[in-house]
Amino acid sequence: MKRQIVVALAGNPNSGKTTIFNQLTGARQHVGNYPGVTVERKEGLRRHGDTEIRIVDLPGTYSLTAYSEEELIARNFIIEEKPDVVVHVIDASNLERNLYLTVQLMELGVPLVMALNMSDVAKSKGYRFDLKKLSHRFGAEIVETVGHKGRGIRELLDAISSTAEAKRSPGKEKGKPAAGSLSARGSIRGAPSRSGGVRYGEEVEKQIAVVQSLIERDDGIRGSYDARWLAVKLLENDGYLLERIGSMQIRNQVSRGADLIEKATGQSAETVIAAARYELIFTICQETVHSQGQPRPSLSDRIDAVVTSRALGIPLFLVLMYLVFQLTFTLGDPPMGWIEEAFARLGESVSSWWPEGSESPLKSLLVDGIIGGVGGVIVFLPNILLLFLAIAILEDSGYMARAAFIMDRLMSKIGLHGKSFIPMLIGFGCSVPAIMATRTLENRRDRLATMLVVPLMSCGARLPIYALIIPAFFPRAWHAPMLWVIYTTGILLAVLSARLLRSTLLRGASVPFVMELPPYRMPTLRGVLIHMWERGWVYLKKAGTIILGISILLWAATSFPSLPEEESARFEMSRSQIQQAELTEEMRAEMLASIDNEEAEAKLRHSFAGRFGRALEPVLQLMGFDWKIGTALVGAFAAKEVFVAQMGIVYSVGEADEESESLREKLRSSYTPLVGFCIMLFCLISAPCMATIAITRRESNSWRWALFQLGGLSVMAFVITATVFQIGRLMGIGGV
Amino acid sequence: MNVVSKLGVLAPGQKAKILKIGPGAGLNRRVVEMGLTPGAVIEVERVAPLGDPMDIKVKGYHLSLRRRETQHIEVELL
Repeated sequence: MKRQIVVALAGNPNSGKTTIFNQLTGARQHVGNYPGVTVERKEGLRRHGDTEIRIVDLPGTYSLTAYSEEELIARNFIIEEKPDVVVHVIDASNLERNLYLTVQLMELGVPLVMALNMSDVAKSKGYRFDLKKLSHRFGAEIVETVGHKGRGIRELLDAISSTAEAKRSPGKEKGKPAAGSLSARGSIRGAPSRSGGVRYGEEVEKQIAVVQSLIERDDGIRGSYDARWLAVKLLENDGYLLERIGSMQIRNQVSRGADLIEKATGQSAETVIAAARYELIFTICQETVHSQGQPRPSLSDRIDAVVTSRALGIPLFLVLMYLVFQLTFTLGDPPMGWIEEAFARLGESVSSWWPEGSESPLKSLLVDGIIGGVGGVIVFLPNILLLFLAIAILEDSGYMARAAFIMDRLMSKIGLHGKSFIPMLIGFGCSVPAIMATRTLENRRDRLATMLVVPLMSCGARLPIYALIIPAFFPRAWHAPMLWVIYTTGILLAVLSARLLRSTLLRGASVPFVMELPPYRMPTLRGVLIHMWERGWVYLKKAGTIILGISILLWAATSFPSLPEEESARFEMSRSQIQQAELTEEMRAEMLASIDNEEAEAKLRHSFAGRFGRALEPVLQLMGFDWKIGTALVGAFAAKEVFVAQMGIVYSVGEADEESESLREKLRSSYTPLVGFCIMLFCLISAPCMATIAITRRESNSWRWALFQLGGLSVMAFVITATVFQIGRLMGIGGV
Repeated sequence: MNVVSKLGVLAPGQKAKILKIGPGAGLNRRVVEMGLTPGAVIEVERVAPLGDPMDIKVKGYHLSLRRRETQHIEVELL
């Protein structure tokens, strides 16, 4: 007889919750998103005896207020989806603060199991727990675990089973089962609420009673939540729940009650209520926790004395960031080369299925569209895996919080978070892993703002464009300063845009910046590998499909419609004329190549991309661009460096790279240095490549933000480039 | 009579007891939830290299707070 139960895993960040989740589920995990938000939802399965346990990893939270998206999701999951058991993973070496969440889970009245994790660390710190008493006080089974060693997992599963069993037949164990939340249908489950567990003091209790009695008489709200729990939350000024109260009478009573509490105690109602929970915890800890020996400076404190010190903090940070960057891009470079090579070979061997020189749309679709597109997806994998290897180590070791601590002053001036630094830095390599790295930011607004401005950090794929253009237009002495100007412009624009976003669209309520600095820990190989694997897989599945789709579209845009018969025939004819003419082999080859190049140009000009470029010409002219540049820019949406190859095609110089002197020659004769500068400026700011859009879509969990990024950056690029061009032209800078 | 001051002005190594959080209700919720309740004893561990934020020890763990957020926290030096 097989049955399924649902278990929610709750816990503070840094409590080892993820390790416990990995231990419970192994590789049987599934990563998704909660609808409409950027928060990830992880699930996994575990068999225990005849029970199949579905484990949902709730976001790590310190509390269950409506303070953040994560907390709301965790709370709503517990209230609305009613898991059979909630397991609270607790860092036993940091018990008091962790128990704050336990108290709130207890108030919700859920069937609770407490996993006292890192119990080995707690013991080494000299703590001894009276588990029996602790279990009694919280009305929950307690299991000691050591997540990274897998200790206590079996016992935890047993406790989950027996708690689920007790909930099923509440008669057996009185007072244990759930009650806090009522089902949507309004039927109360289990015994009365346990929120009686916390006594909030005379004045608060008086106000709770008044609000509670109003709730119990209100038909609209009664039955959706436990009345006492709701009363407490409302007095705590819980925005999410207040919005759901229709009755003006209740709302007025809540604000009157909160005022009275403040008058009587001299503190805001929220403070008084939170303090009462901590007092209860203090009392419980006095009874159940025995500490032996004097606390001496821990290893973690001694590390911090160096790592975050005034003298060494910043140099060490810079060295580590340099290493992260090097690891991601220098080490990632060879495998990227192999992947490119492998796909090029695959393309060649598929091409050979067709007779030489034949032009088949199917061949083009297979080779340039699909194989090229899949290659374009996979080529990012080495960077992503290596970056997340580095990030997992930084996070699991506890250094990430220190990095934020060190950089916060600087980043907060821009309106961002200390943790925004890493994504911005990685942005110089590639926006795709950089945007994935914004995942380390907890606050949604910080995360979105960082994500949106990351493409302004000039990525590695734009370098070939600069490398082509700078030597084409500027004397040697200007090369380095030019490059510096471009990069600095990007950084300045990123800073300004971030500030602008944070003070307009993403303006945050003045939420205090409080961040735990967790003790340093040794990252485990298993944890790091799972993290890497997870990110790589999410990228392939969620972003990869979008990237592949767009690259096929772009392939179609540059390949169709194909040249009319008579034009192709004309090129064919010139070819055969040359074949028959009396020429040296060398001359013949040269002339044939030049015909191939002309045909490629004619094809591109005739394609949708070429037509689009030409249609846009009136707008492009404001920036000094012609249709050729416009067409190359369409191609650059696939990947920035494609711009160079496309310019090669529109200027009929054949296959060009950034070192191509013949292409530089053409550019010099067609454009002024001012236009050359404007091309670089536009490529720096404008529409990031499609892979960036795809990853923004995935990480923000919304097309709206992705399209906003695309549109916003394109408009900004146009306005700035056009302004620079027009001013430059009027002032006669850079030749007319 | 002990010295009453704001948390933000404490120097590394100084210990204090929290007297009062506030005003500006909603702003301080997170601070309180993280354990900075009236009566709690805290110790300033260090200040970040750039002068902000500060690392304080409360209930046996380390918490980073920006100076701006410590302006509303009244403490008594121990």
